[in-house]
Amino acid sequence: MAAFILKRLAIGLATLVLASIVVFSVMEILPGDPALLMLGMNATDEALAVLRNQMGLNDPVHLRYLAWVAGMLVGDFGNSYTYSTPVIELIGERAVVSLPLATISLALSTLIAIPVGMFAAARRGRIADTSVMGVTQLGVAIPNFWFALLLIYVFAVWLRLVPAGGFPGWGGGVWPGIRSLFLPAVALALPQAAILARVTRSAMLEVLGEDYIRTARAKGMPRRIVLWRHALRNAMIPVLTIMGLQFAFLLAGTIIIENVFYLPGLGRLVFQAITQRDLIVVEGVVMLLVASVVIVNLAVDLTYALVDPRLRSRA
Amino acid sequence: MKVWKSVLVATAFALSAGTANAARTDLVLGVVLEPPHLDPTAGAAAAIDEVVYANVFEGLTRIGSGGEVLPALAESWEISDDGKVYTFTLHEGVKFHDGTDLTAEDVVFSLDRARADDSTNAQKPLFAAIASVEAVDALTVRVTLNNPQGSFLYNMGWGDAVIVAEESAEGNKENPVGTGPFKFENWAKGSSITIVKNPDYWGEPVALEKAEFRIIPDAAAAIPALLSGDVQAFANMPAGDALSQIQSDPRFEVVIGSTEGETILSTNNKRAPFDNLKVRQAIAHALNREEIIAGNGSGLGTPIGTHFSPGNSAYVDLTGTYPFDPEKAKALLAEAGFPNGFDATIKLPPPPYARDGGQVVASQLRNVGINLEIIPVEWADWLEQVFRGKDYDLSIVSHTEPNDIGIYARKDYYFQYDNPEFDAVIAELDVASDEAVRTELYQKAQRILAEDAVNGFMFQLPKVGVWDAALEGMWENSPVQATDLTGVYWTE
Repeated sequence: MAAFILKRLAIGLATLVLASIVVFSVMEILPGDPALLMLGMNATDEALAVLRNQMGLNDPVHLRYLAWVAGMLVGDFGNSYTYSTPVIELIGERAVVSLPLATISLALSTLIAIPVGMFAAARRGRIADTSVMGVTQLGVAIPNFWFALLLIYVFAVWLRLVPAGGFPGWGGGVWPGIRSLFLPAVALALPQAAILARVTRSAMLEVLGEDYIRTARAKGMPRRIVLWRHALRNAMIPVLTIMGLQFAFLLAGTIIIENVFYLPGLGRLVFQAITQRDLIVVEGVVMLLVASVVIVNLAVDLTYALVDPRLRSRA
Repeated sequence: MKVWKSVLVATAFALSAGTANAARTDLVLGVVLEPPHLDPTAGAAAAIDEVVYANVFEGLTRIGSGGEVLPALAESWEISDDGKVYTFTLHEGVKFHDGTDLTAEDVVFSLDRARADDSTNAQKPLFAAIASVEAVDALTVRVTLNNPQGSFLYNMGWGDAVIVAEESAEGNKENPVGTGPFKFENWAKGSSITIVKNPDYWGEPVALEKAEFRIIPDAAAAIPALLSGDVQAFANMPAGDALSQIQSDPRFEVVIGSTEGETILSTNNKRAPFDNLKVRQAIAHALNREEIIAGNGSGLGTPIGTHFSPGNSAYVDLTGTYPFDPEKAKALLAEAGFPNGFDATIKLPPPPYARDGGQVVASQLRNVGINLEIIPVEWADWLEQVFRGKDYDLSIVSHTEPNDIGIYARKDYYFQYDNPEFDAVIAELDVASDEAVRTELYQKAQRILAEDAVNGFMFQLPKVGVWDAALEGMWENSPVQATDLTGVYWTE
């Protein structure tokens, strides 16, 4: 087990180093001068030169890379060019939106998807199964921004139950925050739930065809117990893999939903930073996301070992 | 029983009277772009001025809703006979938001800082004519210019020329400290910026107690934000074709005004074949302005025939200089030696007026034989390649700086236009301070640009303002990039 964890950690670390090189190089190649973008069309050459110097853009590339990596190791991600505040603060401000949003969405989608997937698998080929498959097909096909707008018009404009968008921060209490994250979480969760339900169903079907399930049923174990205790546990591996991927996506891939609900999340921060050539912010956020993907994958790998004892001994 | 009833009635009456008398004093405005920071003296982004100009920061002068120069921190000024020395008298009792007094020293500091060698002011040319700034006494400032400058008082009204205090200048990006009727309160990054009424304001107090600029980058989100009542005003509404949805709703007022944004088909005047006047004239004849405007998202905008805002009193309508006439365009191309037309490229920055408008322009030019290859570029790229590098044939950009006809006299400017006759007019304009003379010169300059067909002059970018019908005092036009809330109030 220790060897298994160590191996995973080493792979994760290598991924981070590789990612840092790729991210840094891409940002170097990207055309566009951040100083020029800040000062605009009437900027004089001298003003530009002064600003470039202030931003440290005149140092050689390898020095800047090393300084950047060294800074990150001690938790210093540098200062944003545009906001002129520490990148880590910016990320922190955005993470308090993105992290709860991703967590609520994932929880919502899991709570819906797993029972629905199991239900469909247990009634394979019957009307219940066919209709679940039809609805999830629809869920996969509907673009989430369209669904989001639909939710806004019904719940915010018509019923006025929740705000149409924006995020008041957690300063005013937990409830206003949750209220404004509710619609975006639903808009994000339902398409994810559709995918997860389909994966759960097919994983369950595969397991339900195994001999030991027939044996369990033959020895008189109730159907429900067989489903939840024997089948689900074995069907969890593909489900967990998809959940891991979905969580990583929900952290930063939600730019469209963040725009529709004008939420100050990580996705919008990256997008804004790219268009404004705020390279240091892009680099910092991307590295943090790579790190979170690595950690989530590590966690998923460890959970595999928990649900499937065979993996423990194999490693 | 009877007593109880009258008490109830009285209470109800008191309650309703209470709500009827107290008009709202808070306002949430939607803005599309978040400012990168809040210091108008250190960045070109219009989003900065849209929050702080006239609200938080003030200059010696300010620009009014009709584009006129008004006194602000300077209550009066005297101009020497040779037009080189301006003596400003400051208002008494003006305090910065941190409680310190405004003195002549702050003005000296602000202007010197903006024109210093290590200044990162985005509009440094505004201060180029200044030779020296000195404090005569606590409330008198003397500015000496190298040469008379007709637009000096106007220049001092720009957001880039606001007066800041030495103690707080460095922190203005995050925590702006000005002299305005509103104080900065809070900036939730990515979400909103809040300003509140300044109780110690030196001038006319504002009606609003609190204003929040909420960042709503998506056009599709803007409409539900208004409909749900979350947001009560957009000074610049992003939604184009969805506007009709709001227009028919009596709860909202939709006001179409004009901006300082001349939207032009920028042309590289030094690159063949665009260095040929006949080719540029042919392009001008090939452009159908009505069609371009109709194809531009909102379908709104005023056609222009030169680089000047129709809202300005010195404007001349020159759209008839080279009217839409594809046959004439073809004939001119043939005369220029291109009977079969030619191939060229057009680099388009991200705004819809450019990306959508570019399609229309390309098809119009194709009709006369000019085949354009469309190259979409990002802003950062556009600034570097087109604006700085001058590596382009054609482009589409809205020039939103106010009163910027002078850029055509700049030799390093990306149009690469070079006409000594035009330069002479601008040089005269620089030193003229008589309004009648200035108007005449402005009109002369407009005519030269129109006749030379320097760029394809298309339309003035509209300002689409949408706000709650009970809100009064929002600006109809935007002569400066600002959301001036000083005169805004609720009628209910």
